[in-house]
Amino acid sequence: MSAEADSHATPHRDYIGAKLGMWIFVFTELILFGGLFVAYGMYRSMHPHDFHKAAGELNVRLGVTNTVVLLTSSLTMVLSIVAVRLQRKGQAMLFLGSTVVLGCVFLFNKFFEWKAKIHHGLYPGSEHLMARPPGERLFFGLYYGMTGLHGLHVTVGVVLLSVMFALLRRDKIRHDDFVKLENSGLYWHLVDIIWIFLLPLFYLAA
Amino acid sequence: MSNSTTKPDAGHPHIVGYGTFIKVWIALLALTALLVGLSLAGSPNLALLGLLVITPTKASLVLFYFMHLKYESTALKYMVAIALAVLVIFVGLTFTDYLFR
Repeated sequence: MSAEADSHATPHRDYIGAKLGMWIFVFTELILFGGLFVAYGMYRSMHPHDFHKAAGELNVRLGVTNTVVLLTSSLTMVLSIVAVRLQRKGQAMLFLGSTVVLGCVFLFNKFFEWKAKIHHGLYPGSEHLMARPPGERLFFGLYYGMTGLHGLHVTVGVVLLSVMFALLRRDKIRHDDFVKLENSGLYWHLVDIIWIFLLPLFYLAA
Repeated sequence: MSNSTTKPDAGHPHIVGYGTFIKVWIALLALTALLVGLSLAGSPNLALLGLLVITPTKASLVLFYFMHLKYESTALKYMVAIALAVLVIFVGLTFTDYLFR
């Protein structure tokens, strides 16, 4: 009984290693977006007036709404981890489910924002945009590139958190084994941090 | 499980209650409102202040509380500090090159 059953009962788990690995991934993401922020900074200092003017065409209300949505989703994310640790499965599922829904709301808003911009002929390479000064073309290129890459991260996050929801439902995530949920949370908060910087650089830059 | 050397909670010693996170969330919303207010005030200096002070403060709140960094080991804190220092050097050197060209 003892040795074999014991090793079976306590499979090898390395929580510190798992979390460290996730943090290292977070660092690579910081450098990835960092490079884009540098590009933004460079081009903005080259074309301050064009950037200022182009930013005035973004929908501030929508940008701020999406900020509130994402900040709230970060709260429900972290609360779901607390609930798991306190062995409140129902609450944990409610919080995690809310996070997924809020992620979808963010993408829904983003979809309508882009749709309106494209409808107005503002998309990379469009005739309307190509007729504008180079700084405005750069602004919209960066806008689509950076919010697009961020939106892709939100999409990945929504899928990842949906998987976590299924695991939580099947008790694969429990109070004594929740590092998967914690690492997914780290990813989700990273996405939130990136948006925190995107808001003033694009939506409030006018 | 009780005599196991790899305790399930190793690396997660601290449970922070709901209250702390809700307070952090309220602070984040308040800072966002302040940031929007400063940016729409029409003064470029105030907008810059918002960008350079409020935005990093918001990011730090997420990093320290939501990402749990405040309660992590010193080693992990140093790792994050080094990663951010690399980013600052990278950004700083690029801008120095641009400004003094």
